[in-house]
Amino acid sequence: MSDARNQARAVLEGPDIHRALTRIAHEILERTKGAEKVVLLGIPTRGATLAHRIAARISQFEGVKVPVGAIDITMYRDDLRLRPARPLGRTDLPADGIDGRTVVLVDDVLFSGRTVRAALDALNDVGRPRAVQLATLVDRGHRELPIRADYVGKNLPTSKSEKVKVYLEEIDGRDAVLLVKGDDRPAAGEENGER
Amino acid sequence: MKRHLISAGDLTRDDALLVLDTAEELARVSERSIKKLPTLRGRTVVNLFYEDSTRTRISFEAAAKRLSADVINFSAKGSSVSKGESLKDTALTLEAMGADAVVIRHGASGAPHRLATWVRGSVVNAGDGTHEHPTQALLDAFSMRRRMGRIDGLKVSIVGDVLHSRVARSNVLLLHALGAEVTVVAPPTLLPVSVDTWPCQVSYDIDAILPKSDVVMMLRVQLERMNAAYFPSAREYSRRYGLDRERFARLHDDAIVMHPGPMNRGMEISAEVADSPRSTIVEQVANGVTVRMAVLYLLLSGSEPAIGGDL
Repeated sequence: MSDARNQARAVLEGPDIHRALTRIAHEILERTKGAEKVVLLGIPTRGATLAHRIAARISQFEGVKVPVGAIDITMYRDDLRLRPARPLGRTDLPADGIDGRTVVLVDDVLFSGRTVRAALDALNDVGRPRAVQLATLVDRGHRELPIRADYVGKNLPTSKSEKVKVYLEEIDGRDAVLLVKGDDRPAAGEENGER
Repeated sequence: MKRHLISAGDLTRDDALLVLDTAEELARVSERSIKKLPTLRGRTVVNLFYEDSTRTRISFEAAAKRLSADVINFSAKGSSVSKGESLKDTALTLEAMGADAVVIRHGASGAPHRLATWVRGSVVNAGDGTHEHPTQALLDAFSMRRRMGRIDGLKVSIVGDVLHSRVARSNVLLLHALGAEVTVVAPPTLLPVSVDTWPCQVSYDIDAILPKSDVVMMLRVQLERMNAAYFPSAREYSRRYGLDRERFARLHDDAIVMHPGPMNRGMEISAEVADSPRSTIVEQVANGVTVRMAVLYLLLSGSEPAIGGDL
């Protein structure tokens, strides 16, 4: 990773991430009229961490406790057979479930949209939300499916060969979003926050 | 690369932990109303059962179905086997049907190993003769970890007919890999000659071992072998090696009792002990489905298996 960092450029530092999440929390409150009946579901690993941070802000701003959880999408991926079997992430649904709620999916990077597609399938098996929205810290473009985010921390124009790496304090010991200059390999690999 | 699960020894410590962690996540699926995942859609799992089995076959079938695999059940009774078809010819038939995995239970030790050389898919041993039953060992380890919070350093006693028990052999190998201290306890006539090469302690005296055990795993006395004079009488066996109320009382307060089933109540385990809250026998059955889902997922979902041994 140290090699990669040499040619990496920080596009968001700690305070930028902080501000972006604060804005997203405000936007969620605004769009959902006070976050009533909202459930935040993060996509592991870093999406789940971000979901908790957004929930903490919402509760700080308006005193509403928003249920937070995580939904692992590994078993619903469309590229399972392209790589060796991978370990599962944690699914952790709020006790009251998601039926009739507005679910805000939270992920760190929105790229092809395939992860979100898998998440929509996964949601379908755990309940019937009233609506589903999507929040992402970084939207790096290059969508391969008709999917868009409702809340975006930063729109980041990238080339397909570049990688976006998200580091979060809780997991990585620091907050940063790095843009790593691409080698010739196609961008792949979501573990470790790479997209 | 093609990989199989034929022996618990095929699993490294990391493999085994990956299975247990995967099963832990999958256990949550079994709690929700839609207990199905699309992961193995379009894959075919054949259950090839040459011996009678209720829980193992049903458990594998449920596991494969929850992962959306197509399941073909084959039992020797009522099939061409009763017309004399050989294992190899049956295997070639299954091969022609495009099985991605074959789960085999067979009375002959080593049958899954032979089968693995004939088919293209992954072979999962669901019990072969007196050899091994690796998924049982995995579900036992999983049940143990859920109850005790860890496996590393646990003192596990496996009591009973070790000689004929594939469950004992698989458990010894797996639990040793996971860092448990295993002792097998049996009358000398019911221990295999090679037991001194196993990574475990051996004892003939259950009463000396019980107070030191965190987990006591009782093995089924195979009543069909009773006539072979491995012990004088059922009653004597029960008195010397059965887990009754008195022996149970000598276990320390956190110790648990396991049994792979089917049980002979009143023989190796008294009904009272089997039904006590410190017995994991019912959980073991439920955990069987999740652990087998984890095994099938790790063997079949990716471009190549994440666990298991090659031939």
